[in-house]
Amino acid sequence: MSTIILFTIISLSAIGAIAAIILYFAAQKFKVFEDPRIDQVEENLPAANCGGCGYPGCRGFAEALVKSDDISDLYCPVGGNDTMSKVAEILGKAVEAKDPLVAVIRCSGSPEHRKKVNSYDGASTCVIVSGLYSGETACQYGCHGLGDCVEVCDFEAIYMDKETELPVVIDDACTACGACVKACPNDIIELRKKNKKDRKIFVSCVNMDKGGIAKKACDVACIGCKACVKVCAYDAIVVENFLAYIDPVKCKLCRKCVEVCPTNSILEINFPPRKVKPAQPVGEAEAKETPARSTGEKENDNNIINQEG
Amino acid sequence: MLKTFPKGGVHPAEGKYSANNAIETLPLPKTVSIPIAQHIGAPSKPVVDKGDKVKVGDKIAESAGFVSANIHSSVSGTVVKIDNVMDSTGYKRPCVIIDVEGDEWNESIDRSTDLKKEISLTDKEIINKINESGIVGLGGATFPSHVKLSVPDGKKIDVLIINGVECEPYLTSDHRLMLEKAEEMLIGIQILMKALNVNVALIGVENNKPDAISNLQNIVKDYPGIEVHALKVQYPQGGEKQLIKALINREVPSGGLPLDVGAVVHNVGTALAVYEAVQKNKPLFERVVTLTGKSVKKPSNFMVRIGTPVSNLVEAAGGLPEDTGKIINGGPMMGKAVNSLEIPVVKGTSGILIMPAELSKRKKESNCIRCAKCVSVCPQGLEPYLLNKLALLEKNDKLEAGGVMDCIECGSCSYTCPAGLPLLDYIRLGKSRVSQIIRSRKQ
Repeated sequence: MSTIILFTIISLSAIGAIAAIILYFAAQKFKVFEDPRIDQVEENLPAANCGGCGYPGCRGFAEALVKSDDISDLYCPVGGNDTMSKVAEILGKAVEAKDPLVAVIRCSGSPEHRKKVNSYDGASTCVIVSGLYSGETACQYGCHGLGDCVEVCDFEAIYMDKETELPVVIDDACTACGACVKACPNDIIELRKKNKKDRKIFVSCVNMDKGGIAKKACDVACIGCKACVKVCAYDAIVVENFLAYIDPVKCKLCRKCVEVCPTNSILEINFPPRKVKPAQPVGEAEAKETPARSTGEKENDNNIINQEG
Repeated sequence: MLKTFPKGGVHPAEGKYSANNAIETLPLPKTVSIPIAQHIGAPSKPVVDKGDKVKVGDKIAESAGFVSANIHSSVSGTVVKIDNVMDSTGYKRPCVIIDVEGDEWNESIDRSTDLKKEISLTDKEIINKINESGIVGLGGATFPSHVKLSVPDGKKIDVLIINGVECEPYLTSDHRLMLEKAEEMLIGIQILMKALNVNVALIGVENNKPDAISNLQNIVKDYPGIEVHALKVQYPQGGEKQLIKALINREVPSGGLPLDVGAVVHNVGTALAVYEAVQKNKPLFERVVTLTGKSVKKPSNFMVRIGTPVSNLVEAAGGLPEDTGKIINGGPMMGKAVNSLEIPVVKGTSGILIMPAELSKRKKESNCIRCAKCVSVCPQGLEPYLLNKLALLEKNDKLEAGGVMDCIECGSCSYTCPAGLPLLDYIRLGKSRVSQIIRSRKQ
């Protein structure tokens, strides 16, 4: 009996030893060298795996950083300049500091300003609506309000405002990964420079219809009147296809364009209240302090027609 | 046993209220807006300018490539402007807007109603004439007809199939044409046979139109080579691939065309348009449109000039019913709801359906219960529940492998789903993503 146990132990140990030797040589033969810096870099990345850098996850980005000689084009929007300078230190390569960005929603067409002319009860996704038709309102460019951007945000930085039926970006949470920009079928969301104290001035409209048609569809649409272009001292505003666009780099946040916009489609956000000039009537100045607009006249809803594919 | 396609299909309530009402000519509208993109392929280029005078049948936009079509004025009058107008796609698209003044036709159009039986043109000349006249598939897909007739070298066509199935519930425009214009249509079919050099043409008609079938069978005796077949009432019997399978038992391969199995399919309306173009020199500027619905006062079939606002048709049929919930351009299965009554009638408008509010609500969505009803009704043998899920998750490679490009968008899956899932909506989304990928791969 004891011999059987003995033989078993001996033969199993022999097989184990032979397998260990084979495995040792195989491991030597097929050894893959991996740059230890990849792990180091990856440790310093935010591990959000959001894809905002354009690579598949943080590991992919770390590999790209180690591999390429010039990393000035590569940027982690989530980690920002701090992360990039740490990475540069590890790798001994140069990086340029970039302005942090933040997503802005370029549509202010709440139901109050933009009347619904039909109703949609199909699949609840913006991308399907935009494939079917121009949406529930007369503006074919604006927000459908079904929250594709909220769905894709990994950082819980966007939510739908129930009252305005428009998405709202939480500036502090937004990492400018660009997922919402890609998800929006109407190209409403833009990544703009994050200024001091999160101050922003932008045209909150993407309607490219002629002024009259745009205004009819939405009270706060840009009508392409060029009043802002005339008043801008820094050449920061261009009007193309009846739509104004403020260059975030050239803009010096002087707020003159906000004052002259006849439809209040240029928004100023996070600015202190304006000083009331003695020459200006008080009521008017107050109205411009906040991005909230005056209520437009309420029209009766026309025939409500259901819309579905 | 009636012929049919072998797998899948549904049978929705037919609701053909307008089947017994003869085609009426709709009075001319005050203005027409004629979209420059009414067909599959490149949008046409306008050849008129603001202020130009045009007559009925004058060319106003020119075909912009091989897969494209000419567009002709449907009225006589003055071009007011070329502007973006909401059309049946639900978006504002460029349209030629013409103010109607009188009804003066281009002199070259033969307006007599006598039948002209002799076909004097050669096959090449016929195809040119069809191209020149801007004829597109009038069943609804609006694929330019001359492209279907130009058979590439190496392909052999031995049968022409004429689609008179009209499997969409409610619609009756093809049905009326087969009753009222059968003789012209058969000459049109002969012209198509000559253009394709084939000796056999099969007309497929669904068995819910016995009057049309017997009418055609009576006349067809004088036309050698043409046969009429009654088909089982089963949606989507009128799908190109289903019709080919039902009539000649050949299966169009995945990703292939009817050409690959030696067949070409044209709609009965297209056959009539071909007759008018070739024998009467009349380009395509009017068509039959069914205006119908459960609570419509006077469900009708109208002969309508292209570009007429839909509101004119609604007016002529007794006005918009009070309980209207949805207005659909096309039939209830494949049609698309419109968001304005001012959209113009285009070459592909086979019907306008006004649904009462009670019938236009979607089922409440709930979870998929894996009942596989969608699988059993899919006429293309796909797995809609799976494609739906893959499209939701953006698994484009698996979608392609699952045959999403073979989906004919008939909507049988969404119709039958007991969980009320918008299956077709997501499949269509997946299909558009996959087709983009395929296109970028080719480049």
